[in-house]
Amino acid sequence: MSSFKRDKKEEEDGGGNPFQNIEKTTVLQEARTFNDTTVNPRKCTHILTKLLYLLNQGEQLGAKEATDAFFAMTKLFQSRDVILRRMVYLGIKELSSIADDVIIVTSSLTKDMTGKEDLYRAAAIRALCSITDATMLQSIERYMKQAIVDRNSAVSSAALVSSLHMTKLAPDVVKRWVNEAQEAVNSDNIMVQYHALGLLYHIRKTDRLAVTKLVAKLTRMSLKSPYAVCMLIRITAKLLEEEDSGNDSPQFEFIESCLRHKSEMVVYEAAHAIVNLKRTTSRELAPAISVLQLFCGSPKPTLRFAAVRTLNQVAISHPAAVTACNLDLENLITDSNRSIATLAITTLLKTGAESSVDRLMKQIATFVSEISDEFKVVVVQAIRALALKFPRKHSVLMNFLSAMLRDEGGLEYKASIADTIITIIEDNPEAKETGLAHLCEFIEDCEHTSLAVRILHLLGKEGPRTKQPSRYIRFIYNRVILENPTVRAAAVSAMAQFGATCPDLLENIQVLLARCQMDSDDEVRDRATYYSNILGQQDKGLYNSYILETLQVSIPSLERSLKEYAQNSTELPFDIKTVPIATIPTREETELEKHKSEGMIISSNGPVKPTTVSREENFAEKLSFISGVAELGPLFRSSEMVELTESETEYFVRCIKHCYTNHVVLQFDCLNTLSDQLLEDVRVQLDPSEGYTIVSEIPCPKLPYNETGTTYVILKFPENDLPNSVGTFGAVLKFIVKDCDPNTGLPDTDEGYDDEYMLEDLEITLGDQIQKINKVNWPAAWEEAAQTFVEMEDTYSLSSMNTLEEAVKNIIQFLGLQPAERSDKVPEGKTTHTLLLAGMFRGGIDILVRAKLALADGVTMQLTVRSTDGDVAELITSTVG
Amino acid sequence: MRILILGLDGAGKTTILYRLQVGEVVTTIPTIGFNVEQVQYKNLNFQVWDLGGQTSIRPYWRCYYSNTDAIIYVVDSADKERMGISKDELFHMLREEELGDAILVVLANKQDIPGCMSLKEVHQALGLEALKNRTFQIFKTSATKGEGLDMAMEWLANALKNKK
Repeated sequence: MSSFKRDKKEEEDGGGNPFQNIEKTTVLQEARTFNDTTVNPRKCTHILTKLLYLLNQGEQLGAKEATDAFFAMTKLFQSRDVILRRMVYLGIKELSSIADDVIIVTSSLTKDMTGKEDLYRAAAIRALCSITDATMLQSIERYMKQAIVDRNSAVSSAALVSSLHMTKLAPDVVKRWVNEAQEAVNSDNIMVQYHALGLLYHIRKTDRLAVTKLVAKLTRMSLKSPYAVCMLIRITAKLLEEEDSGNDSPQFEFIESCLRHKSEMVVYEAAHAIVNLKRTTSRELAPAISVLQLFCGSPKPTLRFAAVRTLNQVAISHPAAVTACNLDLENLITDSNRSIATLAITTLLKTGAESSVDRLMKQIATFVSEISDEFKVVVVQAIRALALKFPRKHSVLMNFLSAMLRDEGGLEYKASIADTIITIIEDNPEAKETGLAHLCEFIEDCEHTSLAVRILHLLGKEGPRTKQPSRYIRFIYNRVILENPTVRAAAVSAMAQFGATCPDLLENIQVLLARCQMDSDDEVRDRATYYSNILGQQDKGLYNSYILETLQVSIPSLERSLKEYAQNSTELPFDIKTVPIATIPTREETELEKHKSEGMIISSNGPVKPTTVSREENFAEKLSFISGVAELGPLFRSSEMVELTESETEYFVRCIKHCYTNHVVLQFDCLNTLSDQLLEDVRVQLDPSEGYTIVSEIPCPKLPYNETGTTYVILKFPENDLPNSVGTFGAVLKFIVKDCDPNTGLPDTDEGYDDEYMLEDLEITLGDQIQKINKVNWPAAWEEAAQTFVEMEDTYSLSSMNTLEEAVKNIIQFLGLQPAERSDKVPEGKTTHTLLLAGMFRGGIDILVRAKLALADGVTMQLTVRSTDGDVAELITSTVG
Repeated sequence: MRILILGLDGAGKTTILYRLQVGEVVTTIPTIGFNVEQVQYKNLNFQVWDLGGQTSIRPYWRCYYSNTDAIIYVVDSADKERMGISKDELFHMLREEELGDAILVVLANKQDIPGCMSLKEVHQALGLEALKNRTFQIFKTSATKGEGLDMAMEWLANALKNKK
C-alpha cells in the first residue's frame, strides 16, 4: 500500500522519466565500455538508449565526441544480439551527420541488408543510406536495386524511401533505378506501392510528358493501395492545374471516379482535389461538396475535421457551394472537438449573412480561450474576411479583435490580429480612429518588438491625418520612455511624421525630439538629431523628401552600390540615382506568398524566394555578364514575360524587356520542342520602329531539344524623340537547323541549313519605361510638385470602359504607375473616382498622375500629369489618347 | 579471444575470414570498413575482425587495435610490386603500443598463382628477420584452395594457449 502511494506521488511529480538527470559527459564516458572485448548487450543497449535520448533532447555533440562515440559503437557489431544491433542502426543514423569517417560501417551494413536476418535488413538499408554520399552510392547501387524489388515488403519500402532521400544527394544515380521502382509499383503490398509511386514520380517530375504517361497508365490499372491512389490524385490534380486541358479529360474523370472509391481516405482526397482545382465549375463541384457534407456528419472526428477544414479553405472561392452545407456546419459549432468547432464557425462567418455575424461572434467568444494559437489565427482570418465584406460591422469585429489582443498569445497570433486591424483601417476610413486607438492601447503593453515597430510606423503614417493628431503623441512618446532601443527609434521616426505634417504640433515635437537627443542609444540619438534639424528648416520640400517619403531604392542594391563606391577611389560624389529602385510586389504576388501549398513532394511552389532581392536585382546580375550591357548603367526596370509564340508550337519564344536609361535590352528565351533538331546560332532579327537603333545582337550558339537558350538584342532608344520611344517591332527567329537523332541528340551531319520562324510583333510600351514608386504621402508630394514640376492636362473619353473598376485597372496597367492612398479601390456605388498614381520614368524623372474619372455612358477621364520633365509629361498625355 | 586480420587491399583477408568461419569460398567485394565474425577453431572461440585494406581505410585500423590478442597479416605473394608497401604497413602497425603483446601470424597467401614468391622470399621481402621479442610465424596459404590455413590456425591456437 505504501509503495503504491509513493508511486502515485512520483507520477504527480512527473518523476516517471528515468532519463531525467542524465548528463552528456557521463553517457559518453559510459559509451567507452563499447570497446570492451566482450559485449554485454543489455548494458550497451541501455547506454545507447541514453545517448539517443540526449540527442533527441537537442543535446549537441562536437565532431570529436561524436566520432569517438561512433567508433566505439562500431565495436558492437561483434554482438549478435538483435535488439542491440537495431539500436546501433539508430545510433548510426543519429550520429552520421555529426561524426567523421562514418563510411567505416559500409561493409557491415551492406552485409546486414543482404543477409538472412529479416529483422536487420530494412533498418540496415536506412542506416546505410544515411552514411552514404554521392560517390559511395555507386558502390552500393547494385544492392539498392535488388532491395527495391525484394519480396520482403519492409525491405522494399525501406529501400524506396531511402532512395527518395538519396535523390537530394545523387539524383542521377537514383534516376537509374526507375525500372526497379516501376516494378515495385506493381507490388501487392499497400505501403510498397505507395512508396514506389512516390519515388517514381520524384524521378520523373521534371518531365511533364513522362508524368502524363505515368498518370495515364496508373489511372487505368486501379492501384490497390489507397495511399498510392491518394498520391495519384494529387499528381493528377497538379497536372490538370498545369495543363489547360478541359475538365472532360480522362484525368479529371479519374479524380471524379475516386469519389466513389471504397476507401474514405481516397474519397476525401478526390473531393479535396476537385474543390481546390481552379477551373472547377459548379456542376462538377456538387458531387465533391456533397461528399464533404456527408463527412461532416461522420462519427469519426478525423473525417469531420478534414471535411470542415476543406470547406473552410474554399469558402471564399466557392461561397455558394459551401453555403449548401450551412446546416451541417451549424451542427458542428457545438462539436466537442474545439478545432472542428472553430473551423465550422469561421466557415459560417466567411459565407454567412450580415445578420448572423453577431450571433456567431458571441458563440466563438465562449471558447476562444480554449483553442490553440493556430486556430485563433483561423478565427482572426475569418474576421478579416468578414470586415472586408461587411464594413458596417467593424465596431463589433474591432472590439472582438482588441479583446483578443489583450489575451495571452504568441507573436504569430498577435501579428495576425494587428495585421487584420491594419487591413480594416486601410479599407474602411470609418474604422480608422477606433482601430488606431486599439493599437495604441496594445503597444502600451506589447512584448513583441517587431509588432510595436510596425504599429508605430502606422501611427506615424495615419495619425497626423486624423481629426485629433495630438492624442497619439502621448502613446508614442511613452514608448520613448519605456521601451528598448529599436522601439524607441521607431517612436522617434513616428513623432517626426507628426511634426512634418501638423504645423501646430511642430513646436511640441521639437521639444520631445530634443529630449530624445539625450538617449543612451546611438540610433535613437541619430534619428532625433536628423529629424530635429530637418524640422528646424521649416521647408515643406525637405519634409516631403526626407521625412514623409521613405527610401525608394532597393536596400540590398544600395548596400552593394555603396560598397563598390567605397572600394573605388573616385572624386565624384555618390549618385543615388544609379541604384535600382525597389520593386513593389503586386497584390497577386503577396497573395501567392500567403498560399503556401501544403503538399509534401507534390507542392507546386518552389522554395520561397527571399523577397529582399528584387527581380531586377537578379536580372541585373545575369545581364551584367553580357558584353556591352555593363556600360549601359544600372538596370531600370524589367518587364513581365511576353509570349511571342503560342506555347504549343515548334519553337517557344518569350521576351523580357529590360529598360536602361537610354537603352533597352531584349531578352528572348527560346525553347526548342523538336526532338530531331539541334539549332545553332539562334538569334532574333528585329525590324525596329523609327528612331530606334540596334546596338548589338548576342546570339545563342546552341539550342538542343527541350532546353531553353537565350539570345539578346541591345537597342538604343530614339534620341531626343520621346514620342517615338513607344513602338512596335517586327521579329523573326533565325537559326541554323541540324537534323539529329532524337535518342542521342547528336546531329546526323555537320552541315545544317538556315531557317527562320515568324514571331508575333513586339511592343515597347510606355509602361516598360516607367517604374512604380510607392508614395507614402501622395497629396504632399502633389502639392509640392505644383511649383517645381511641369504640368500637362487633358480630358479623354474612354468609351470602351463600362465600370470605374475596369477603367482604374486598365489605366494602372497601361501607365505602369503605382496607385497611392489606396485609390485603386473604387468604393461601391460611386459614379466618380480619383485615381492617384506615382512613378519614375527612365533616367530618374519623377511622375505624378491624377486621373479624375466619371461614369456616364462610358468613362470620362481628366488626366493631370506632373513631371520634372515636360517631354515625359507630354508623352504620357499623348499616348493615353 | 580477439583477432585482427590485416593486410593490403586484395590480399584475400575477407576470403580467409569466411573460409575460417563457414569453410567455403564466398564471393567478396572490396571491404569498405570491416567485417566481424565469431570463429570456432577446435574448442576455442575467436572474435575475428577483418579490416578493409584500401589506402583510405588503413588509417582506421588503429581504432580497432585495443585488446587484440593476435594479428593475422595477409600478403598477396603474387603482388611483388607492393611488397614494400606491405612491409611498411606491417612495421608501422607493430610499432603501436597497444599491439605490444599481440601474437603475429603472417600468411603468404595466393600460393596457387604461378610465379608467386616463395615463403622464404616473402619472409625476406617483409624483413621479418628484424622482428625480436614477438611470437610470430609465417605460413604459406591459398585461401581459395583451402591450403595451409589449418596449419596456421593450429599454431595460433597453441600459441594463444601458451600465452595464457
